[in-house]
Amino acid sequence: MSTEMKRRIFLKRSLAAGTVGVAAAAGILAPQQILAAWNKEAFESKELSGALNALLGSSETAESADIKVKAPDIAENGAVVPVTVETAMEGVESIAIIASNNPVPLVANFVMGPGAAGFVSTRIKMGKTGDVVGVVKAGGKLHSAKKEVKVTIGGCGG
Amino acid sequence: MAKSIKIRAKEKGGVTTVKALMTHPMETGGRTDKKTGKKIPAHFIQEVVCKHKGSTVMMAEWSGGVSKNPYISFKFSGGTKGDELELTWTDNTGGSDSMTSAIK
Repeated sequence: MSTEMKRRIFLKRSLAAGTVGVAAAAGILAPQQILAAWNKEAFESKELSGALNALLGSSETAESADIKVKAPDIAENGAVVPVTVETAMEGVESIAIIASNNPVPLVANFVMGPGAAGFVSTRIKMGKTGDVVGVVKAGGKLHSAKKEVKVTIGGCGG
Repeated sequence: MAKSIKIRAKEKGGVTTVKALMTHPMETGGRTDKKTGKKIPAHFIQEVVCKHKGSTVMMAEWSGGVSKNPYISFKFSGGTKGDELELTWTDNTGGSDSMTSAIK
């Protein structure tokens, strides 16, 4: 376990050092016309507040009991963690799923059309134990709910 | 890349539940190849769009944090049996695929 931990720390550091190069390469390779809508800043942000600011214009969320984040208590395999975010709120504009301890915390953002219900379900990767946060934008405000998931084997490194 | 998407949509009581599975490696770009010691380049789906009768019902933006061979499910109202649903994904290398399916 201890070597595993050391490896993780090493990986993390090398990841941080390599980020600038990777970001530059991605900029050259990405066909900008197609991906103009993809929020690069938000999805490459290492900080949760930075990601939320870039994505939704604010990082202030109000905790809400109307949102249910469904995820396992213990995830044996961090590479596949099923997550469902559900809310009964009216006028849901978007639902973001965040794994707060991941190298890139913002996992997904679902922009809901006019007829869509406040429900999304997907499977995410989690590097280590942490909170899964669901951020719902409804009526111009941000609401959030979270659930802690314990990860036995991380799914972000190699 | 013709069969990378499986999509099922079912209408019940006015609400259509859509479930979709895509085949994709979803490489974050943060992993290292154990044999060569080199970084595995990022290759993941960035955008998923689902359209019903030409209008977007759901648009998802993803980072590499979504699991390999992604699964999504969502619900919307207004669909009726027999309507066509189109799901398209685009990844960070410019690859894309789409699939249409009728609501059951």
